[in-house]
Amino acid sequence: MTTQSLPVRTDAPDRTPEPTTGRGGRRRLLRIRAGRQHHAGPLAYVLLAVMAILSIFPLYWTMVAASTDNTRVSQTPPPFLPGPNLFSNLARAWDEAAMGKAMINSLIVAGVIALSTVMFATLAGFAFAKLRFKGRNVLLMLVIGTMMVPPQLGVVPLFMLMSELGWSQQLPAVIFPTLVSAVGVFFMRQYLSEALPDELVEAGRVDGAHSLRIFWSIVLPVARPAMAVLFMITFVHAWNDFFWPFVVLDMTNPTVPVALTQLSAGYVRDQSLIMAGALLGTLPLLAMFIVFGRQIVSGIMAGAVKG
Amino acid sequence: MATSTTKALAGEEPPAPPGTAGDGTSGKRRASLLHRLDVKGAPYAFVAPFFVVFAAFSFYPLIYTSWISLHHVELATLDVREWVGLDNYTALWQDERFWNALMNTITIGVISTVPQLLMALGLAHLLNYRMRASLFFRVASLVPYATSVAAAALVFTMIYERDFGMINWALGSIGIDPLDWEAEKWPSQFAISTIVIWRWTGYNALLYLAAMQAIPAERYEAASIDGASRWKQFTNVTVPGIRSTIVFTIVLSTIGATQLFGEPLIFGQGPNGVTGGADNQYQTLGLLLYEEGWKNYQMGRSATVAWAMFLLLVLAFAVQRLIKRLRARSS
Repeated sequence: MTTQSLPVRTDAPDRTPEPTTGRGGRRRLLRIRAGRQHHAGPLAYVLLAVMAILSIFPLYWTMVAASTDNTRVSQTPPPFLPGPNLFSNLARAWDEAAMGKAMINSLIVAGVIALSTVMFATLAGFAFAKLRFKGRNVLLMLVIGTMMVPPQLGVVPLFMLMSELGWSQQLPAVIFPTLVSAVGVFFMRQYLSEALPDELVEAGRVDGAHSLRIFWSIVLPVARPAMAVLFMITFVHAWNDFFWPFVVLDMTNPTVPVALTQLSAGYVRDQSLIMAGALLGTLPLLAMFIVFGRQIVSGIMAGAVKG
Repeated sequence: MATSTTKALAGEEPPAPPGTAGDGTSGKRRASLLHRLDVKGAPYAFVAPFFVVFAAFSFYPLIYTSWISLHHVELATLDVREWVGLDNYTALWQDERFWNALMNTITIGVISTVPQLLMALGLAHLLNYRMRASLFFRVASLVPYATSVAAAALVFTMIYERDFGMINWALGSIGIDPLDWEAEKWPSQFAISTIVIWRWTGYNALLYLAAMQAIPAERYEAASIDGASRWKQFTNVTVPGIRSTIVFTIVLSTIGATQLFGEPLIFGQGPNGVTGGADNQYQTLGLLLYEEGWKNYQMGRSATVAWAMFLLLVLAFAVQRLIKRLRARSS
């Protein structure tokens, strides 16, 4: 394909007129597109359609398997259309497989973690972006350095620590280690550097407001869109987190992924029940993605390393 | 959103009139001192929560892991620690299961990361076209990212099932003998890799897409004026233009691959879960770490595996740097 490239247009075909960030910020949550503006040809559409099907099919099939019964699931050819038992299977998963309790636990865990991550990340991000203090750059490098430390390497002492605190099998054991996130701090710093005009902070100072007041009345309103995105992304990660909850929780008090593991660990496998559990555990996030897909996509893209 | 706590902190007093500093009642000097304290101290207070939590629940355990690994500690009696020096390390070095898990971690890591990032690159390129329904395609490619490891692994385990799984049925319908995806080494590692690839390709593609859109249009114009084909533009403008993002995703994927745990655990279903198959054919270091600590009750050994994982990561990055150096020298 050696076509001449089209004249480049710099208007933004996929930008929405939603309120973005401060004026003059070069990088908005939904950026003006630079780069090529080639139109997709039929081949691109076909490939993208294949990709979309591959992405969605496993979840569709989860739903199909969750809506049939075990004999039908294990026949060949496998069923491709939903059967009649979806709601009865979901109800069974909710009651029998501890999925009900797990959903509530996961809601608490992911909710608390997302809230605290957003709060602390916005505080720290504001300090790193707009306040001058000794050692700022060193501390910021430290934050970035911590991203490189895989949390699971400290799992043995962490487990011992939780035993000593008496938190084994308790939700705080899952919540506390992830109350903050380096990625979140960095993300908020990037965002506030550009979205929050220095003059606004200065004006607050001149009016004699103390730092916390400036944060509360000036920074928070500006940071709101980024906070919402960070909340959702953190929620997804906390909801799906597997290794540490699996280590520290048991079946009496599980989160969703832990309950799902137990569901599948028996010798007698109730496939429809397992799939109903998997579907149940995925539905809340799926709903979130359907409603806020645009914000999540733009949030992930805004947090990306450019260049 | 967490208003209650912040409200309590921020206080609800009306804003001070301009010109007075904070609490104007108690004399200018005290006010200015408070102001100075606030300006100097507040930034540290703002970043403190992050560092406190990180130190307590990430940094301290990480350091303490190396200390635990020099002891014999049993799960049932965590406070009884017997100094054994480097015994855990020598035992691990001579342990066949360790080398097996190490090799599996590397092979699964490679066959899940390389195709994943290549496919993400292609997908990002496609998503970068102007088209209808671009938002739909972006959200669709993120659907796997919204699915938990547990749910994804369960579905794929069923799809790869030996007797009635969809894959074997599909293979059978085009005349290929069914495979025992779980019991055989390479098929099982391939199957586990597809779970990883499925979950992360779209996410990485979005990171690449963001970087692609930051490439200045002039570079493409210049390339096309030079008569570069679409493919040439892709290899000579797009890929170099997103180099640092590619490095970033390689780093993230390497960290993820080193710690692979949920996918093989659930793929093994039940009793074989932690051992990574009947012959440990897909046991990763993450599974071995868990097996040593929570199945064999040897916390010291478990910490040793964790430390080995850390060394593996360091080694992986050293190799990456070396490759970068060599390539820089050769070009």
